[in-house]
Amino acid sequence: MEFLTFGKYTWYVWSSAILTFVVLLANIYTARRRLRSRVELARRRLAAEEV
Amino acid sequence: MWEFIHKFGSPPHFWRLSEGMIPWFGWIALVLIAVGTVGGLWIAPADYQQLDAFRIIYFHVPSAWLSQFGYVVMATAAAVGLVWRIKLAHAVAAACAPIGASFTAVALATGSIWGKPMWGTWWVWDARLTSTLVLLFLYFGYMALRAAIDDENRADRASALLAIIGVINIPIIKYSVEWWNTLHQPATISKLGKPAMEPSMLIPLLIMWLGFTFFFFAVLMLRTRAEILSRERNKKWLRDVIGSS
Repeated sequence: MEFLTFGKYTWYVWSSAILTFVVLLANIYTARRRLRSRVELARRRLAAEEV
Repeated sequence: MWEFIHKFGSPPHFWRLSEGMIPWFGWIALVLIAVGTVGGLWIAPADYQQLDAFRIIYFHVPSAWLSQFGYVVMATAAAVGLVWRIKLAHAVAAACAPIGASFTAVALATGSIWGKPMWGTWWVWDARLTSTLVLLFLYFGYMALRAAIDDENRADRASALLAIIGVINIPIIKYSVEWWNTLHQPATISKLGKPAMEPSMLIPLLIMWLGFTFFFFAVLMLRTRAEILSRERNKKWLRDVIGSS
């Protein structure tokens, strides 16, 4: 497990890495969720127009 | 040329093109970021002065790059939308803002985490840090302005003006380390000069930089698709691609 430590800077390096990856994942999640909700909204709009 | 602009600016064309490109960009980004992370954290040697703390550069610099690149893309798209009245360009500009804002926040936070052990403080009001904070507020202002105007066309035009005016902040961020006395170090990678890094340290950074750029375009295309859907009304192609069930 020694490879996971970075001397006295372990906390600083890992907190930077984890924060970056959390934001990368959050970007994917929010973009996909937004696209899904817009697809649903557009489908409902089109369905309402057909009626 | 005009045909190309109009073809590329057509939402159905973009919808089809992006559908095929998003997985490619996403997977390339994933591989590059994974390789860059391993290279930066475990293969690159420790810095002789900063020791292992320098490894924060592999997260801080690509985020800072995207924060500024994202703004330039946003302002360029906004200008194209304003001048040529291309709806897709406004959709791209609107899609850039949340991505750019999130990476500006990461650049500020990782810079702060790096600053604590190196400078002895989480934050100083120096030119580089302050101008980057202004960039974050510009992104917030752009998003708030869009959200405050109900009419999509008016929101596009007003926010485009804000994006274009705010682009003046980008050279200020870039040259802040040269124009003013600052705690922040000067540019590590320069197009004109020799990089201030050994290749063993530089290569993982360039891989991360490329990975983040592919990631940006993958998420940008996803978000632009969502923007297109909220703008397109009663279009046959919309009915064809998403169905009405």
